[in-house]
Amino acid sequence: MDARRGSLPVPRVRQVGFFTPNAQPAPTRSQSGPPDSSSPPLSDSPASNSLSPVMIPPPRHHSDNLAAAPRPTSPLPVPEPSPFRRRGADNNNALLVGSYNPAETLLAMSPSSSHVGDGESEETMSGGWFRRSNSGKLASSLPSGTFDFSPVQSTAEALKPNKVQNPVGISAPKEQQPEAPSSSKQPKPKLTKAERRALQESQRAAKAAAKAGGGKSVAAPEEVATIKSVKQHQTQKKDAPQVAVSVAASERKGGDKSQEKERRKDAPAPRMQFDDKSRVEKAKRRSVVDQTEAKKRVELFRHLPQYEHGTQLADLESKFLQLDPMHPAIYKVGLQYLAGDISGGNARCIAMLQAFQQVVKDYSTPPEKTLPRDLTAKISSYVSFFTQCRPLSMSMGNAIRFLKNRIAKLSPSLSESESKSSICTDIDRFINEKIVLADRVIVQHASSKVKDGDVLLVYGSSCVVEMVLLHSHELGKQFRVIVVDSRPKLEGKALLRRLVAKGVHCTYTHINAVSYVMHEVTKVFLGASSVLSNGTVYSRVGTACVAMVAHAFRVPVIICCEAYKFHERVQLDSICSNELGDPDAIGKVPGRMDVNYLNDVSNSGNLQLLNLMYDATPADYVSMIVTDYGMIPPTSVPVIVREYRRDHLLI
Amino acid sequence: MKEQTTRAMWWRSPSFILDNRQQQPNDTARRDALSIPLSSPLPPSTTMADPNPNPNPNPNPLTDKISAYYQTRAAHHGVVSSDWLAQAQAAVGHLPEGDDDASNNDQGAPSGKPFSVIDEFNNWRKQPDLAEAVAAIRALAAVIRNSQATTMMELEIELKKASDSLKSWDTTSISLTAGCDLFMRYVTRTSALEYEDFNSAKTRLIERAEKFGEISYKARKIIAMLSQDFIFDGCTILVHGFSRVVLEVLKTAAQSKKLFRVFCTEGRPDRTGLRLSNELAKLDVPVKLLIDSAVAYSMDEVDMVFVGADGVVESGGIINMMGTYQIALVAHSMNKPVYVAAESYKFARLYPLDQKDMGPALRPIEFGVPIPSKVEVETSARDYTPPQYLTLLFTDLGVLTPSVVSDELIQLYL
Repeated sequence: MDARRGSLPVPRVRQVGFFTPNAQPAPTRSQSGPPDSSSPPLSDSPASNSLSPVMIPPPRHHSDNLAAAPRPTSPLPVPEPSPFRRRGADNNNALLVGSYNPAETLLAMSPSSSHVGDGESEETMSGGWFRRSNSGKLASSLPSGTFDFSPVQSTAEALKPNKVQNPVGISAPKEQQPEAPSSSKQPKPKLTKAERRALQESQRAAKAAAKAGGGKSVAAPEEVATIKSVKQHQTQKKDAPQVAVSVAASERKGGDKSQEKERRKDAPAPRMQFDDKSRVEKAKRRSVVDQTEAKKRVELFRHLPQYEHGTQLADLESKFLQLDPMHPAIYKVGLQYLAGDISGGNARCIAMLQAFQQVVKDYSTPPEKTLPRDLTAKISSYVSFFTQCRPLSMSMGNAIRFLKNRIAKLSPSLSESESKSSICTDIDRFINEKIVLADRVIVQHASSKVKDGDVLLVYGSSCVVEMVLLHSHELGKQFRVIVVDSRPKLEGKALLRRLVAKGVHCTYTHINAVSYVMHEVTKVFLGASSVLSNGTVYSRVGTACVAMVAHAFRVPVIICCEAYKFHERVQLDSICSNELGDPDAIGKVPGRMDVNYLNDVSNSGNLQLLNLMYDATPADYVSMIVTDYGMIPPTSVPVIVREYRRDHLLI
Repeated sequence: MKEQTTRAMWWRSPSFILDNRQQQPNDTARRDALSIPLSSPLPPSTTMADPNPNPNPNPNPLTDKISAYYQTRAAHHGVVSSDWLAQAQAAVGHLPEGDDDASNNDQGAPSGKPFSVIDEFNNWRKQPDLAEAVAAIRALAAVIRNSQATTMMELEIELKKASDSLKSWDTTSISLTAGCDLFMRYVTRTSALEYEDFNSAKTRLIERAEKFGEISYKARKIIAMLSQDFIFDGCTILVHGFSRVVLEVLKTAAQSKKLFRVFCTEGRPDRTGLRLSNELAKLDVPVKLLIDSAVAYSMDEVDMVFVGADGVVESGGIINMMGTYQIALVAHSMNKPVYVAAESYKFARLYPLDQKDMGPALRPIEFGVPIPSKVEVETSARDYTPPQYLTLLFTDLGVLTPSVVSDELIQLYL
C-alpha cells in the first residue's frame, strides 16, 4: 500500500501505462538506462500496472501524461549505448533528466559538444514525437543511428536562439515545437561529409567501448568534459522534463490528432483520483461548490472524492445569486442531488436530462459562436457542477454521452430554434424510450417469471423492481415479498410502505437476517446502478452480499436493469470506483439517543468510518439480467453493449 | 411483432396448454387420415415399419396431458413395448404407413379442401429422420407456395398465422417453436422484398424458405463434421437419450475409422438408449448399456459425455430428455467434458431459471406393476441443464461455448 501511494504523486508515469501501452517495452528500458535513471520508471511501472482501466486519467490532463512520454522514449532510442548515452551514464543521476534539457549542454559546452547536446535533445524529442506513430519501428531503426542524428546539424542552427533563452525558462520549447517535427522529418543532406564521418566514428567508438567496457568504464573524451557542466545544471534539470513534455505534447498534436481524438472518444468517462494532491488542488480552484475535504479517510478509499457532509448546501445556497452562469434548473437539480432529495439512478438521470432540456430551451447562441460547440461546452460545465454535487452514476454518463453526441451530430444547416427543438425531442425520446418504455418491457419480462406461490426477496428500493412486484400483483399472482433493508439509508421502508398499501403480502427484515430468510425464498429480484461488461453488477451496497447468499442457497438472482445503464467498463472489485457517503451516518442511529457510543470517539485519530454507497456483484452470482432487450445471461452484456452502442448514441 | 410472439411464448400458462391438449390430438388424428404427403426428398427411412405414430391422446389413464413432442419421438424411436402395441391396436383412424406414398401431390392442397399447415407439417413429421422443426420449416415453405395472397402484407400475415397455429399445435416442443420463429426471422427479414413486384418477391421468399430448409436439413452433417476433432482414438463416450445428431456424430466417427466405445444409458421410460445401442451395434461400435442409475458408477471410465438437446435456451443451457441434468452434474463433478450436439434451429428464446420454470411436457411412464392411486408419479419428460455444467455446444454455427448462444440469439432476434 505504501509503495503504491508513494508512486502515486507522480501522475505522469502512471498514465504512461495506460496511454502508450505498447510504446515502452520494459526490456528496452531496463537494458538501456543506467541503474539509477531507469529505476524510477521501473518502480513506477507496477503502480501503473496496478491501476485498473477504471482509473483512466481525464483527457484534459493530456499535457501531464505526456510528461511521461519522453521518459521511456529517451532510453528507447539507444538500446546500444551510444556515445551520448555513455556520457550520461557516467554522471549517473544527470543522465536522463539532463539529456532533455537543451540548455544543459548548450550553455557550457564547446561547439562540438553543443552539437551533440542538441542532437540528443532533439533526438529525444523527435523520439517522443515519433513514438505514437511508429513506436515499433523506432526501436529497430534507432540503434543504427541513421535517423536520430540527422537533425543534429540542421537544428543546431535553429536552436541557437534557445541557447540564450533556455536558461531563462520555459519559453524555449515553445519555439522549438514547430521546429522539431519538421527537423526530424528532414532528410540527411544538410550534413556535410566530414560531419557524417565524425558521427559514424563516434558511434563506432561507442559501440566498441560498450563491448570492451561492458557499459560504464569508457567515456568519450568530450563527454568527460561535459560532466562538470552537467552537474552544475542538475538543479535546472529537475524541471526539465516538464519542458520537454510540453514540447512533446505540442509536437504530438501535429502528428496524429485524429487518432488521439478517436481514442479520447473511446475512452470511458474520466475519473479523478482524489489521492492525487496536485490534481485535487486544480479541481478545487475550478470548482463552484466550496467543499471541505474530509480529514480522515479510509486508507483503501483515498482515491475517492470525500467531503465533509452538510457544509456544501448552505454554502451553495448563499452563492445562488453570485453564480450567474449557472442555469437555475441546473442549480436546482444540483442542490437536490446534494441534499439527497433525488436519488435512484433513473430519477437522477431524468432530472438531469430535464434540466438540460430546460437549458437548451433557454439557450441562445452567443455572438461569434456556434451552437454545437458552445452548448457542448456549457453542458460540460454543468456536468462538472453536478459531479461536484454528487458523483455521477454511470447511467448518467451514458445519457450525457448521448446528449453530446446528438448535439455534435446536429446538421449545421439547421437554424438555432430548429436545433434546439431537435435536441429537446431527442432528450424526450431518450427519457421515453430508454427509461420509461424500457421499464415497461422489463416489467413485462420479469413478471412472467413470477409464479404463484413464489417468495420473492428484494433488497433496498429499486423502482423497476417495485414496478415488477406491483404489476405481478395486479395480474393476480399469489406471491409473498421479503423486503430486505440495511442501514443507514433504510430505503426499504418506503418500498415496504408502498407495497403494503397495495395489498402485497410482505415481510420486512434487515440484511443481517438474510441468510436466515433465504431458505424460503424462491427468487431474488435486484435493481442495479449499472451493469459492466464482464457481467459485474454495480449496485447499492449490500447487493453483493444478498446475491452471494442467494447463490449459496441456489436461489436464482434476477437483476432488473435498463440497457442504457450498461457500461463497457470492466471492474473486478468495488474499491477502485465507488462513492463514499456521509461517514457520520453509520455512527448514529436516528431516534436512538442512547446509542451514542461513537460520539466521543469519532474524533479520535485511530477511528475511521467508512460508508460505501455501492458494491460490485460478480457475474457468477447473477442468474439473469432482465433488460429492455429481453432476458439475457450476464455474459451477454458486452453483446448488448457492442450491438447497441451505436444505437445508444443515435437512437 | 417478433417481440410479441416471443413474449407470447413466455406468457404461456399451463391451463392454456391443457386446453390445447384436449382439443388438438383428436383433430390431428382425423387429419392424419386425410393428409396428403409431399414427395419426399429424403432417403427412405429405415424405421417406416415402426408401430404406429400413436394418435391416441390418452394412452395412460394416470395422466391426461401428454406432450405431443415426446409422443412423436416415442413413436419414431421407441422400442416396441407391449403397452404401445396395445395402444396402437386400440387406436382408431390410424392408417398404415404405406398409404402415405400412395397419393403424391406436390401442391399439397387439393381443390376440395383448404390447405392446412398442420396437415403439411404432419406429413413431414412422419419421417423419423426429419426433425420436427425441419418438418415445420418445410410446411411453412409450402404455405408460401400455396398462398393465394396478392400482397406482401397478406402473405406475411398468412405465414404468421400458419406459424402460430403450428406453434400452438404443440407448445411443448421447443424446437418447433424455435424453428417457426427462426423461419419467420430468416425468410421475411430481407430488404429485397420492398422494391420488387409481388411475384418475384414471392419466389424470393420461397427460395429463402427452401434454402433455410436445406440448411436446417444439412445441419446434422455439419455438426458431425465439426465434432470429429473431439473424438479421439480410444475414448469412451457416454450417451444419453436417442439423439439423431449424436447418432450422426458417432456414425461419422465410426466411418472415419475412429476407435471408440460408447456407453448408452437405458433412457427410461421409452428406452431410447436401447435403440441407440442397436444402431451403434450395426456400425460395429462397441457399446455397453447402462441402466440410468449407473451413470455415476461408470463415470470414471468415461472420457466425455455426448447429449443432444430438445432446445437450447438463452442462458446457453439445454432442455433435454429427463436425466441429462443429473448426468451433467456427475460429469461436472468428475471433471468430464459434456458436449451437446444441437442444430441452431433449436435455439429458443426461453430462459428457464430452474427445473420447474418451463412449460410442462409430460409423458406416460409404465412401471410394469399397477401403481396405487395414492402414489404420485413424476411424469415430466425433460429437464433443464444450466450452462455451467456444459462444456461445449456443437451447432451448425460452429462449436460454441454456452455463453455464445445468447450472443447468437440476440443477433438473430433483435
